[in-house]
Amino acid sequence: MIGLNDFMLVSVGLFCTGLFIIVSKKNAIQILIGIELMLNAAILNLVAFGKYDRMNNGGQMFALFAIVLAAATTAVALAIILNVYRKYKTINPDKVNQLKD
Amino acid sequence: MNLVQIMFYVMALVTLGSALVVAAGKNLVRSIFMFFVTLFGLAGLYVLALADFVAVTQIVIYVGGILVLILFAFMLSGKEALVKAEQQSNKFISLNNFPAFLLAALFLVVMLNVVFKADVNNLPWVKASVLNKNVVPVNGTGINDIGVNLMTRYLLPFEVISVLLMVALVGSAHLSRKEAKV
Repeated sequence: MIGLNDFMLVSVGLFCTGLFIIVSKKNAIQILIGIELMLNAAILNLVAFGKYDRMNNGGQMFALFAIVLAAATTAVALAIILNVYRKYKTINPDKVNQLKD
Repeated sequence: MNLVQIMFYVMALVTLGSALVVAAGKNLVRSIFMFFVTLFGLAGLYVLALADFVAVTQIVIYVGGILVLILFAFMLSGKEALVKAEQQSNKFISLNNFPAFLLAALFLVVMLNVVFKADVNNLPWVKASVLNKNVVPVNGTGINDIGVNLMTRYLLPFEVISVLLMVALVGSAHLSRKEAKV
């Protein structure tokens, strides 16, 4: 039978991959993908532990809320990325270094 | 080794492998589409954790919504990004992102240590829930429970998150609008 440990190991792998993407990539969209990977690792843990909470559904409920929050985050982040591209003509976060022109 | 275990290992392999391809690939479009595969593999893992509703929600929201949004943003800011992505170095572990690799690897070691030390299968509340038959059954669906709980116990967070989602959508629509001519 699959234990909780196995789910947690997969989640750890996903989290570290997301961390690597966030730190190493030079493109705002790829960094966003890394953030989504880390969020998904957390959601996987929530769902795996939610198996042991049948009455209150705590884990699955929190996973649903986290998915919706991720959608909201992504929408706002992509709008910001589009604005940054319009101003700077690049989406490399290293090049975006002015608050005001 | 029964079927569930085999499915779990296949799904875990698909998820982790495609995540690694996303990390290693230098073509942005390809990495976005591999992210698709990662999300589908995660949905399969949710099904194996007996959370079918969350799996369906994952597919609908992530694959249907977020990924389409990411593709749109990529295509609206694409040319520059593609050129930049081509210029990135080819190898997975180059000298440029060696510190990032080191950071991720050390973090992996720490987290693996935590997972093996925590011994989550023997947590007191997990054992208690197994004793009280509070585990989600394999053959029935938990969707009824989710619906009832969403309208009773979790009603306030549900409403709050709906308002938050609306605020976020209005805000992002406002942000991405073209500025009015002065």
